[in-house]
Amino acid sequence: MTGFQAPNVEWLTLSPLLVVFLAAVVGVLVEAFVPRAQRYAVQVGLSLAAMVGTLVASLVVFARLSPTADEAELGRVVAAGAVAADGPAVFTWVLLSVLGLLSVMLFAERKVESGVLTFAGQAAALPGTEAEREASTRGLSHTEVFPLMLFAIGGMMLFPASNDLLTMFVALEVLSLPLYLLCGLARRRRLLSQEAAMKYFLLGAFSSGFFVYGLALVYGYAGSMGFAQIAAAVSADTGSRALLLGGIGLMSVGLLFKVGAAPFHAWTPDVYQGAPTAVTAFMAAATKVAAFGAMLRLFYVAFGGNRDDWLPMVWAVAILTMVVGSVLAISQTDVKRMLAYSSIAHAGFLLTGFLGIRSLDEVAPGGLTGVSAVLFYLTTYGFTTMAAFAVVSIVRDAGGETTHLARWQGLGKESPLVAGVFAFLLLAMAGIPLTSGFTGKWAVFAAATAAGAWPVVVVAVLMSAVAAYFYVRVIVLMFFAEPVGDGPSVAVPSALTTVVIAVGTLVTLVLGIVPGALIELLGNVGVFIR
Amino acid sequence: MELYTPILALMVLALGFAVFSVVVSSLTGPARYNRAKLDSYECGIEPTPQAHGGGRIPVKYYTVAMTFIIFDVEIMFLVPWAIYFDELALFGFLAMLLFLVNITIAYVYEFKRGGLDWD
Repeated sequence: MTGFQAPNVEWLTLSPLLVVFLAAVVGVLVEAFVPRAQRYAVQVGLSLAAMVGTLVASLVVFARLSPTADEAELGRVVAAGAVAADGPAVFTWVLLSVLGLLSVMLFAERKVESGVLTFAGQAAALPGTEAEREASTRGLSHTEVFPLMLFAIGGMMLFPASNDLLTMFVALEVLSLPLYLLCGLARRRRLLSQEAAMKYFLLGAFSSGFFVYGLALVYGYAGSMGFAQIAAAVSADTGSRALLLGGIGLMSVGLLFKVGAAPFHAWTPDVYQGAPTAVTAFMAAATKVAAFGAMLRLFYVAFGGNRDDWLPMVWAVAILTMVVGSVLAISQTDVKRMLAYSSIAHAGFLLTGFLGIRSLDEVAPGGLTGVSAVLFYLTTYGFTTMAAFAVVSIVRDAGGETTHLARWQGLGKESPLVAGVFAFLLLAMAGIPLTSGFTGKWAVFAAATAAGAWPVVVVAVLMSAVAAYFYVRVIVLMFFAEPVGDGPSVAVPSALTTVVIAVGTLVTLVLGIVPGALIELLGNVGVFIR
Repeated sequence: MELYTPILALMVLALGFAVFSVVVSSLTGPARYNRAKLDSYECGIEPTPQAHGGGRIPVKYYTVAMTFIIFDVEIMFLVPWAIYFDELALFGFLAMLLFLVNITIAYVYEFKRGGLDWD
């Protein structure tokens, strides 16, 4: 063995991740030592402080991004090559901190459930038993969800920044395991929630298995876990190509599962429907950001050299995902399932932007790369979808949330403001001008067209039209249909949910009208370090 | 091929030891059976009645089992670290300390929240 030298970790660059993980660990200790009555306040305060702290730290790291030695990219590789803190990674850190901050607020909402969290009071009690009723009468409320969420956020931030296969796998698991658990913790409709968690866990574990198998094959091909070394092996074209292609294929299964792309999308509607709505919002927005960030890095940095081998696969998956998501969304009768299929369709649009990946020297200076376009789309999509699910969480009746679309009839008469906001968010998802959905779609389509993927873009435009149909159908339902029976009612949420909806809507509007600054910023920083 | 000779020898030795132990103990050991001894042993759980017939499993056992697995994994990391302790020096020591503290925090959580209370 050659002598061991302590690696230079560069704690400051890693500080955004460390803040989140430290807060999560402290959160576990809070659960152990703080009296039950004070836990809610302490946990919410801690989580909010952690997210603000990591946002500040991420912004500091973002501002301090400096060019590499050869002036080609911004950023640096830290922690002995395990983490790459470059433009796209630090941008996703900032984005995830903000989305995480909003998620904490949604998680902390207590007013709509008259004083308790929207998570199961006693998760271990079987649904429909005496123990559950007792937990409900005693108004039990567990706050483990906050540290769990912080762990998930930490994993999500590490995922797109991981610069070797092993770190990437660990990050994947750190983000997934808390999510599996969170999905099963709904206070109402617990069987549905537990079923969702079970499905997500089994399929997720299976897809992680695919990922590890692919990881092993790629390691066998390249003889190294590091992305830079894999890229070198790919350019040198040494070793067995069968190993490489098999590895890429299997790893794609794991990643495409996480982003919810067809044909690995089957879990999405069930899990999005069953999970507590706050968790759904968090998952839909933040997981997609993390998984696409990681996917971009893996394919662009490690497998960029044999682009021609895997691009056809992404073409096919992108087309299939958009068609499946848009067409199946039409027949949905549950608003959460509809938004789930819509998120599948969005994964397809993001994959379209993914096709815009080219080597840097092919891009004109200031030109929109696939990376920048996808990151921009993720920003727009993340805020819009989080606000949309936040709205879903406040439309309720006596049995909790009313997610059946028939119960949304006439919401415009009951509460014009909420219905109006939801209509605006749906229009944004459909990609109507003056919303961020339009500018986001424009960015990914432009990047894909410039890279010659116009057939996919044609499908994408067609599918946007199909998608517009089911979004507009809901708007018509809300404003031009008579309420059935008592009609829907809108619970007045606390300031927490209100802020989430307001911020999401505002960002959707602002990025729709003045997207220029962010696109320009992403043009400057949207280059992976290699 | 000669690289495999020690492995082969170890396999033969292991097999020999297993056969020897079973045979010798059955030949020389006293055979005084009672009910508890004849019962099949299944992690402290009564094997009958079967769980699917309405029989219920004491779920509390599994927190102990899970804790055991965590400490098991901990050992897996500790042994290679201990072997290269002198070379890994202070960095390795601090890294391992961080790992141990984290595991302990999870354990403290389990303990404080009554995960190890039997009744």
